[in-house]
Amino acid sequence: MSTSIADALNTLSAGLILISAFAMVATRQVQGVLRFFVAQSVLLAASSFLLAYSRASVHLWALGAITIIAKVLAIPWVLRRLLPAEFYERREIAQAVNIPTSLLLALMLTVVAEFLMGPIVAATHDPVIRVNLPIGLAGILIGAYSLVARREAIPQLIGILAMENGAFFAGVAISPELPLIAELAVAVDVVLIAVVVGLLTRNIRETVGTTEAAALDKLKEEASA
Amino acid sequence: MTLIVILALPLLAALLSSIRPLRLYASAITIVSTSACFALALYVSAQVIERGRVVALPGWFEADGLSALMLVLVSFVVALASVFARGYMQHGHDERRLWWFYGNYNLLVFALLAVPSLAEPNLVWVAVELITLFSVLLVGFDNTSNALEAAWKFAVLTIMGAPIALLGFFLLFWTYRSTTGGAWETWEGLRAVAASMDPNLLKLSFLLVFVGFGAKTGLAPMHTWLPDAHSQAPTPVCAVLSGVKTTVPLYVILRFLSIVLASPAARVGNWMIALGLVSVGIAAFLLIQVRDYKRMFAFSTVEHMGIILTAAGMATQAADFGAVSQILNHAITKSLCFYVAGAMLLILSTREIASVRGLFRVSPFAGGALVLCSLAIAGAPPFPIFLSELSILSAGVHAGHKLVVAVLGVLIVIAFVAILSHVNRMVMGEPGAQVSAGVLPTTCRFTVWAAAVPVVLLGVYVPAPVHNLLQLAAHQLGGR
Repeated sequence: MSTSIADALNTLSAGLILISAFAMVATRQVQGVLRFFVAQSVLLAASSFLLAYSRASVHLWALGAITIIAKVLAIPWVLRRLLPAEFYERREIAQAVNIPTSLLLALMLTVVAEFLMGPIVAATHDPVIRVNLPIGLAGILIGAYSLVARREAIPQLIGILAMENGAFFAGVAISPELPLIAELAVAVDVVLIAVVVGLLTRNIRETVGTTEAAALDKLKEEASA
Repeated sequence: MTLIVILALPLLAALLSSIRPLRLYASAITIVSTSACFALALYVSAQVIERGRVVALPGWFEADGLSALMLVLVSFVVALASVFARGYMQHGHDERRLWWFYGNYNLLVFALLAVPSLAEPNLVWVAVELITLFSVLLVGFDNTSNALEAAWKFAVLTIMGAPIALLGFFLLFWTYRSTTGGAWETWEGLRAVAASMDPNLLKLSFLLVFVGFGAKTGLAPMHTWLPDAHSQAPTPVCAVLSGVKTTVPLYVILRFLSIVLASPAARVGNWMIALGLVSVGIAAFLLIQVRDYKRMFAFSTVEHMGIILTAAGMATQAADFGAVSQILNHAITKSLCFYVAGAMLLILSTREIASVRGLFRVSPFAGGALVLCSLAIAGAPPFPIFLSELSILSAGVHAGHKLVVAVLGVLIVIAFVAILSHVNRMVMGEPGAQVSAGVLPTTCRFTVWAAAVPVVLLGVYVPAPVHNLLQLAAHQLGGR
């Protein structure tokens, strides 16, 4: 496999990662959102394996393996252990913004990401960086948007984790020689996010009786607290 | 070596307090380990004052003036808070769950101390993220619907900042590596080569880190989680969160700022001044309409973060000295405020300002302490915050930012009047008939006294070592 084929395949996985980010925005069912997140993580790992091969980088092999262990295996396992199955079968009826509008906004965010990263990628000739930086930023922005638009706790959590995927997709291109300990620590951190937010969600469901984030609006200045 | 021991102690304490036979002693274990950390942090800063820099493991664990200052502040606040917790947490909390509280608390202490001790920026990102994760469960520890709501908002808003900041760290790493040809990344190394790094990349990475960690610091407009979390968490946790947990991410922003300032092509100082003023302004006006006294102290934290950012944005040596003094004074004064608020909560069992009247009559101790800490936090003379705010304002005049100084001065006065009018309402007058004074545990009383000592002392006399440490710390901010 020559470098140019590896780069072309990397561009393909970049496209698929972007599509999975859109799919997460467009999916109502909690289970579906989780599946698209896992798919996106697999693509992220595939992309780092491809780059590891074409650049002969041990770090990127390790990063791909860490991504598989943390995001494809550990996070879904943790969430399933912490939360009962009925969570995942739930469909979100009330979203803040309807899905076609959400998709249009996600498209706009992608354009914004391309625009913001334009001057920076213009200075480099590395085709991988030119693809990964804007797509990574788009992943972060779309994840942040889905946090605003989603009403259920678990899709919000997955939005955060998808943002993390976006940052890493940019990271594999621009900082492949990151110290291994930092990569490991980040992976542990991502799993910890799932544990902590999962635990919190469970406590909220037991105490408040719902996991709709919109129901959490007691604390503010104006109305009686 | 001492630096590594400082980090190992809280981890050991977390482990010990979760071992079943030792769970009953979790509180004592925590007090011992955090006090030992404080003593060691003092030792480290003495060494830093002597030699300028302490290196435990080159490229990994290093401390300069700014780190030493943060280490001392964090360990001071967590040590006193753990003493306060001993008495406070016995009221209304299930004793069988307390070991879990202390285990989590020690992990939070570890993460807070790790941020200033680490020299490698990417690991610092991880440590900042761990701070958030370990504090989320402490905020929701009471398991009431309000506490869980606060914890949820806190988790979503602050964890969301992390990936944004992460991209900023990656970009910084990239530009550093391509500038130096693959050197090991440290804060010191970054500042040394900042002038030759690509200014566009540097600015973009700073912007991302600023947005991401600004949310964790509680800078407006990403401050909305802060009053919720800082009012609903158990009081010892509030003291830690408001006193030092906000300034630790700010410490990272300031480190980044010093790198950006070292690059002449990337000018961000005026943006920092503007954004700092926005935080101060929003906090000052929200302070007027606040209804809960713990939220009142929380909004004053937003105000102080804005002041520190404004001062750092001025980027002169005098303003930097004001900024680090404000970090110090904020930490000691704000933690005192929350101990007092916790004592009031134990005595009155209400958080509402409107239902507290005649606190002087109900409890002269709490009333007196409330007046003292409110004057100190609002910035009345002769308290230390007055001195640091004054030095920031005068540094601003010298740097030619007259308009900024005028706006900042007016906003500080608004916040001052707002805080003191609320406090006046609470301490004066006749107590309502239904008030039944609760008993204040000895440890809580002791903590209030102990925390008040530096607040009173530093206002009238700054010992030479403290002054030297502040100067070393200010030097790291890179003002000219």
